[in-house]
Amino acid sequence: MAAILIYSEKSSLALELLTAAGILAQGCSSEVKGLCLNNDEQAAEMASKGTATFHIKNENINPADTASVAAALEQAAEKLDASIVILASNRRGKELAGRLAQKLQAGCLTDVTGLAVVDGKVQCRRNALSGSVIATQQIESKRQVIALAPRSFEAAPAKEGGSIQDLEITAAASPLKVIAGRPKTGDTVDIGAAEILVIVGQGMEEEDLHWAESIAKSLGGEIACSKPVATDRKWFPEDRIVGLSGKICKPRLAIIMGVSGQVQFTVGIRDADTIMAVNKDENASILQMADYAMVADLKEVLPELAKSFG
Amino acid sequence: MNIVVAIKQVPDIQQIRIRNREPVLEGVSYTIGKIDKNALEAGVQLKESSQSNVIVLSAGNEEIEETVKEALAIGADEACLVIDDKLNDLESEKIAGVLAAAVKKMDDVGILLFGEGSSDNYSGQVSSRVAELLGLPQVGYASSILLEGQTAKITRQLEDEEELLEVQLPVAVSILGDSNEPRIPSVTQILKAGRKPQEILGLGDLDIELSGEKTVMTLSALAPETDRKRIFLNSAGELVAALQANGFIGR
Ligand SMILES: Cc1cc2nc3c(=O)[nH]c(=O)nc-3n(C[C@H](O)[C@H](O)[C@H](O)COP(=O)(O)OP(=O)(O)OC[C@H]3O[C@@H](n4cnc5c(N)ncnc54)[C@H](O)[C@@H]3O)c2cc1C
Repeated sequence: MAAILIYSEKSSLALELLTAAGILAQGCSSEVKGLCLNNDEQAAEMASKGTATFHIKNENINPADTASVAAALEQAAEKLDASIVILASNRRGKELAGRLAQKLQAGCLTDVTGLAVVDGKVQCRRNALSGSVIATQQIESKRQVIALAPRSFEAAPAKEGGSIQDLEITAAASPLKVIAGRPKTGDTVDIGAAEILVIVGQGMEEEDLHWAESIAKSLGGEIACSKPVATDRKWFPEDRIVGLSGKICKPRLAIIMGVSGQVQFTVGIRDADTIMAVNKDENASILQMADYAMVADLKEVLPELAKSFG
Repeated sequence: MNIVVAIKQVPDIQQIRIRNREPVLEGVSYTIGKIDKNALEAGVQLKESSQSNVIVLSAGNEEIEETVKEALAIGADEACLVIDDKLNDLESEKIAGVLAAAVKKMDDVGILLFGEGSSDNYSGQVSSRVAELLGLPQVGYASSILLEGQTAKITRQLEDEEELLEVQLPVAVSILGDSNEPRIPSVTQILKAGRKPQEILGLGDLDIELSGEKTVMTLSALAPETDRKRIFLNSAGELVAALQANGFIGR
C-alpha cells in the first residue's frame, strides 16, 4: 500500500501531523514517511518520534515560494510512492495544499479537524458554510492532499525505530525574492491552550478593556477577542482571535463580552465547557449559545463585576 | 495592463438559518464573498496608482450577472463571466480549471487577485490551483502590494511573521481579509455599473473539459448539537454566584 507523506515547515505542527498520519496508517495499513526541507533539527526531532524521515537538502528551495515548495513535495511524493500527503493548515500549509494538489491531480481538503478511516476510505471532518455546519467529507481521487487545522491532534510522543535518510530532488532557482522577514512581536500566550478565556468583542470600549483584563487575571485566565477587535481596532495581536480564521479554543470557561456571535466567531468557542455571555442586545445570537446569558451594558456591568472579584 | 480579480458568489451567511441541524439555503440572497471585496479593493487601488484596467472574473450560474454588478460599481472596469448551471456550487478543483481557462483567453494580465478564502467554504484552494495551472508565482495572505513597473513588492502576513517579497509580473496574489476597507459605491457608480462591458462566456467557449466525477464527496453536513443551559442572569452578583457554583472562583 502506498505511503502517507507528512510535511510542515513548523516542527510543532509536523508532530501533530505525525499523530494523525498514524491513525490513517493503521486504518489503511500503510506506512508513514516524514519529510523535512533543509532542516536538520526537524529531521532529528521527527526521527526521535519513530518516523522514517526523509531530508531534502537543496538550497534552491525557497520556503516563501509556494510553487518551489510544492515542486519539491511533488517529487518527494513520487519518489516515496505516497498517495496521501498530509500538511498543516496554517497559512503556509494551506497555500501549499492547493498548489500541491493541482500538481498531483489530487483531491484536497483544508482546515480538517478530525480524521477516520471507514471501509478503507479516509473521512475528514471540517467546518463548512463558515462554520455553521460540520461536514464529513471524503476525497474520492486516489491521490489526496489533506491539511490539518493546528491543534486538532496531540503531538506525537517519543518512539524508537525512527531513521533519517537524504532525499535528492531537483529544484530550479525561485523567481520570488524575500527582501525582509520580520517576526511579529512575540505574544507568548496561546489562547488555544487556555483553560479560562475572557473574550472581548466590538461592544467593548477601549477605556473599559482594563476591567476585562483584570477579570481575566483574577480568574487565572487569558484575554482573547473577536476578529475585528484585532484586525480593525488593533487592540490585540491577531493570535488572540477566536474563530474560523483565528483559533479554535476549547476552554473550561469562556466569558464573552460584547460579541454578537456570528458563526465565524462561534465556531471557535462552541466546544467550551461553560459559556457566559454579556451583550446589551437581548437578540444577540451569542446569548442563544450561552450557559449563562446576561443582557446588560458593559459600561455599567464591568466596574461592578471587577469589584466583585476584588 | 490588466488586473484580474476573481470573485465568488456566496450565500449571505447572515441569512442562513438552521432547521433540524440542516442549513436552510432557500430564499437566501447571494453576494460577493467578504474577503473577495478586499481583493477587489486592492485591485482598484492598484489601478489608480498604475493606470491599469480591472477585470472581475467569476464563474457560476446566471445569478452572477446580478452579483457582479456590485463589483463593477465599486470600480472594476469590465467583467468576464463564465456562466453555466453546472458551475453552481462546483468544487474548488473544477472552478480553478474554469477560471484558469478564462484567464488564458485574456491579454496582458499582470496581477491575478483572489480573496484568501471564500466566505462560505474558506478552503483557500482556488488561488493556488489557478496559479499552478497558469504556471505563475504566487503570494498568499498579502496585506499590501506595491507596483514599480514590472516588479511587485508584496507584504505577506503569516501567523508569526511578516514577509516582504519581490517578484516580477505576472503574479497571482491572495489578499488577506480585513487588510483594507472596501469602498462603498455611490449611487452614480451603481447606475453606471450596468453600462460597463461584460463578456459572457459559456463552458463551450473555453478550452476545458469538465469531468462529471466529484473528487470530494460530502457525506454529511450538520450543525453541531448544542446543549447549553441558557440561564439568564440579572446582575453582576448573579454572574459571580454562577462562577462560584461552577467552581471557577473559590466558594
Ligand atoms: C471568511 C471569514 C472569516 C472570519 N473569521 C472570523 C474569526 O475567526 N473570528 C471572528 O471573531 N470573526 C470572524 N469573521 C468576522 C465575523 O463575521 C464577525 O464580523 C465578527 O465576529 C464580529 O465581531 P463582534 O461580534 O466583536 O462585533 P459585532 O458584530 O459588531 O458585535 C458587537 C456586539 O456588541 C454588542 N454591544 C455593543 N455595545 C455594547 C455594550 N455597551 N455592552 C454590551 N454589549 C454591547 C452588540 O449588541 C453586538 O452584539 C470572519 C468573517 C469572514 C467572512
